[in-house]
Amino acid sequence: MAQENVKLLGVLGSPFVCRVQIALKLKGVEYEFVAQDLQNKSEELLKYNPIHKKVPVLVHNEKPINESLVIVEYIDEAWKGKSILPTDPYQRALARFWAKFIDDKVFGAAWKSIFTIDENEREKNVKEAQKAFQFLEDELKGKFFGGEKFGFVDIAAVYITFWIPMLQEIAGLELLTNEKFPKLCKWNQEFLSEPTIKESLPPRDPIFAFFKGLYEKIRASAK
Amino acid sequence: MAEEDVKLLGVLGSPFVCRVQIALKLKGVEYQFVPQDLQNKSEELLKYNPIHKKVPVLVHNEKPINESLIIVEYIDEAWKGKSILPADPYQRALARFWAKFIDDKVFIAAWKSVFTVDKNEREKNVEEVHEAFQILEDELKGKFFGGEEFGFVDIAAVNIAFWVPLIQEVAGLQLLTNEKFPKLYKWSQEFMNQPTIKECLPPRDPIFGFFKSRYENLLASAN
Repeated sequence: MAQENVKLLGVLGSPFVCRVQIALKLKGVEYEFVAQDLQNKSEELLKYNPIHKKVPVLVHNEKPINESLVIVEYIDEAWKGKSILPTDPYQRALARFWAKFIDDKVFGAAWKSIFTIDENEREKNVKEAQKAFQFLEDELKGKFFGGEKFGFVDIAAVYITFWIPMLQEIAGLELLTNEKFPKLCKWNQEFLSEPTIKESLPPRDPIFAFFKGLYEKIRASAK
Repeated sequence: MAEEDVKLLGVLGSPFVCRVQIALKLKGVEYQFVPQDLQNKSEELLKYNPIHKKVPVLVHNEKPINESLIIVEYIDEAWKGKSILPADPYQRALARFWAKFIDDKVFIAAWKSVFTVDKNEREKNVEEVHEAFQILEDELKGKFFGGEEFGFVDIAAVNIAFWVPLIQEVAGLQLLTNEKFPKLYKWSQEFMNQPTIKECLPPRDPIFGFFKSRYENLLASAN
């Protein structure tokens, strides 16, 4: 490919950034990871994402793209190689539906299950997260959401693979268990074993320590 | 086209359903509109959208697709004819970004600006809507968000053109005005004048009546 300048503005430990890293790795795209400090946002971040001021931001030949799933679709369309979304329009619509489902129904509820002090709020969110997991459990027909090979929905669901087991361990919660969601847990293991995924995940210990610190801080401030 | 069976489960007066109707009309797709009673959901709706139980649902040869923007992308990919999304990957990413922005930042805030009793809540939401409109105002470079012809983002923004003026009148609010947002206002007039759009919009009076009584009920129940 001719002069390609690809930068990814992100933070280590963000599942949204990780989605993009997986997509770039799958396509064999070389890029520069530009680590951000979200407590002290860089001029570069504010320039490339003035509206939301968030990561990830992919900058391709000076052109910024925001929102992790929008970026993943862009990567699929801009570079040849392994397909991330299916080719059939109906399968594509289903993939987009499930990725949106994960964004809307899993993230918020899972986060609030862990980082909420109020018992009732927490219980309500645990129920919501588990309801979402049940839908995903019922949806999983093969090895991956994408079929024999992982695809768009699996990448969207990376949060469930790496972050949720970690967060639930920190909070001593049982959100995703083998008893309740055997297919989803099996998918977890399979997905985590994929070389592309393994190489795109952040190191466990520092991320665990970060969330543990956050969890303890929140509980301390509630007293 | 061979045997095509296309059904749209919807309600008159939903901007989300309207998006899909515009896309179907643009592609010249013949379909059956199956009106739904959302207070008393049909078996058909629950069968085709068991997870969210919402409209619109497009059913194409017995295969259901949910979520209005996903349906619009599906329509663009499944049928030839006028393109809804641009061809260039970067332009497509921008279109998806802006459609998502409208979904996330305009709909709920606009609704809550009108249908909230608490004055502070209302003011906060009016401010949010104004902020979102300013961002769209700055983004609008040509006649439409899609350029010389309307496209994905314009279709996504149909609620701003038709519904916002209605609900702001119901509540005596100034959300979208020519003084504050001249480009956006002009866009709304141009857009609603397009024959394809005009033919897809619901009749104004019954929808106005519906929102007006809803608003009055809300105020009455708060007193």
